Amino acid sequence: MIDIRKVHKTFNRGKANQVDAINDVDLLVNEKEFLVIVGSNGSGKSTLLNLVAGSVLPSLGTIHIDGNDVTKLHDYGRSEWIARVFQNFLSGTAPDLSILDNFRLAALRTKHKGLSIGVDEKFKKQVKEKIATLGMGLENKVEQPMGTLSGGQRQALTLLMSVIDTCKVLLLDEPTAALDPRSANLVMHTADQLIKEFGLTAILVTHNLKDAYTYGNRIVLMGEGEVLKDLDEKKKAALKQNDLFDWFG
Amino acid sequence: MDFYLSTLIQGLCFSAIALGIYISMKIFNIPDITTDGSYTLGGAVTAKLLMHGQPVYLILPVVIAAGALAGALTGLIHTKLKVNALLAGILVMTALYSINLTLMGRSNIPLNGIQTIYNLINVSGNPDHNTFWILIVFVAAITLIIGYLLKTDFGIAMRATGNSESMIRSLGVNTDRMKITGLALANALTALSGFLITQSQGFADISMGIGIVITGLGSVIVAETLINWFKITSVWISLLLVLFGAVIFQSVIAITLSIGVDPNLLKVVTAVFVLLIVSLPRLTSRFSS
Repeated sequence: MIDIRKVHKTFNRGKANQVDAINDVDLLVNEKEFLVIVGSNGSGKSTLLNLVAGSVLPSLGTIHIDGNDVTKLHDYGRSEWIARVFQNFLSGTAPDLSILDNFRLAALRTKHKGLSIGVDEKFKKQVKEKIATLGMGLENKVEQPMGTLSGGQRQALTLLMSVIDTCKVLLLDEPTAALDPRSANLVMHTADQLIKEFGLTAILVTHNLKDAYTYGNRIVLMGEGEVLKDLDEKKKAALKQNDLFDWFG
Repeated sequence: MDFYLSTLIQGLCFSAIALGIYISMKIFNIPDITTDGSYTLGGAVTAKLLMHGQPVYLILPVVIAAGALAGALTGLIHTKLKVNALLAGILVMTALYSINLTLMGRSNIPLNGIQTIYNLINVSGNPDHNTFWILIVFVAAITLIIGYLLKTDFGIAMRATGNSESMIRSLGVNTDRMKITGLALANALTALSGFLITQSQGFADISMGIGIVITGLGSVIVAETLINWFKITSVWISLLLVLFGAVIFQSVIAITLSIGVDPNLLKVVTAVFVLLIVSLPRLTSRFSS
């Protein structure tokens, strides 16, 4: 589904502060795979995720998604395949727009945003039903501005927004880093459920080793811009939580 | 002319500029001061074409296109060349001064005895009443179009662009293109104010746009204070408050002049009024605590 070939990413090339964030990475993420990426700060895991998302473009190498060469496409050009949840819950939703308007935009992720009014009673009902599945009691607040909700609620809604339109790839960039433990659990649990229910290909970047251990069916350790370890489903299942801690020891 | 009526007419003429500033400043979060230039541009194009005997229905789309072009230029400089929005606006505004002067051929074009939008249709024997009713229809039409636009899927994407850029990009919107479109729209509206004022005052002048951005800003800030005060989320009510802000702003200026304040001090009064409105929330909270 996601094919990263011989990708390099260098920031500030030729300057004193040149950073080789990604060095010659080859990574093939198969369809319906839930890949967890761990690594210390500066290991290149976030850059790798941004390369897949299109927020940064590679210096060298190619990236294919679902058989399409997306190497030169910017982030907005890849929304046809990719939905994202950001580390900062403020980034994934528009605070001054109503929940309903946020969902309307998400429902048009792969489509043209035209000059017709799309928020009608039918759409409202559909959104309410979706939100009710979260069991957070938010279905009666759809007219409220998104900014009135808590971080956990907003991350959960961002997840739901990613599957309201057709979605193939879900990118989770430390989605629980800014949340309290209870909200974090809820968000990760919801993410896992949606990934299974919709058969999504997912990449989770996280610093939380418990999440890395609990979720996903493949795990990659990054360091110095390279893939240091790559464990498939079987090996990951055999992995103990303490082994993970040892990776960072 | 009746004092209140003339104030109201001024306010209505400036409501297009207020809507424009509302779009650039509140919706896109871009401080755009192309305004001074595109307002005069609207006036210059109107006067020039009226002088050449062109009909109003032809002048209107030309004015809109001219304003949109100026805004798009600021947008292009800001997004593609990564120039600070404020500086991009100043650059285009400065260049527009020469363009306006070249267009007009001289610094002032009077429109004595020329048929304007205000005597196109006669609904009242009193020409001022006539002007008022035509303006009401005109401003209502603009407001309806902008209001509808903001409610559409495209409009929601516009509102999200200034609110959460990372989100709207991940949802497939080219934010650069959206900002260029938004600034084009804002300056088309500003040019429309130039179009309305020029015909209402009966002349276009090269210096008519100097400092006009404060008129739009002041109107929007009055509206914003009310929007925050009453926690308004409706697009329609917000737009109506912007129109209301434009009229209030003109009223303050008119009242200031009528109580005998030296016209030379008018800009000071304007600045102090805007400052007062902006700081009002902080002042009240300080007094109450």
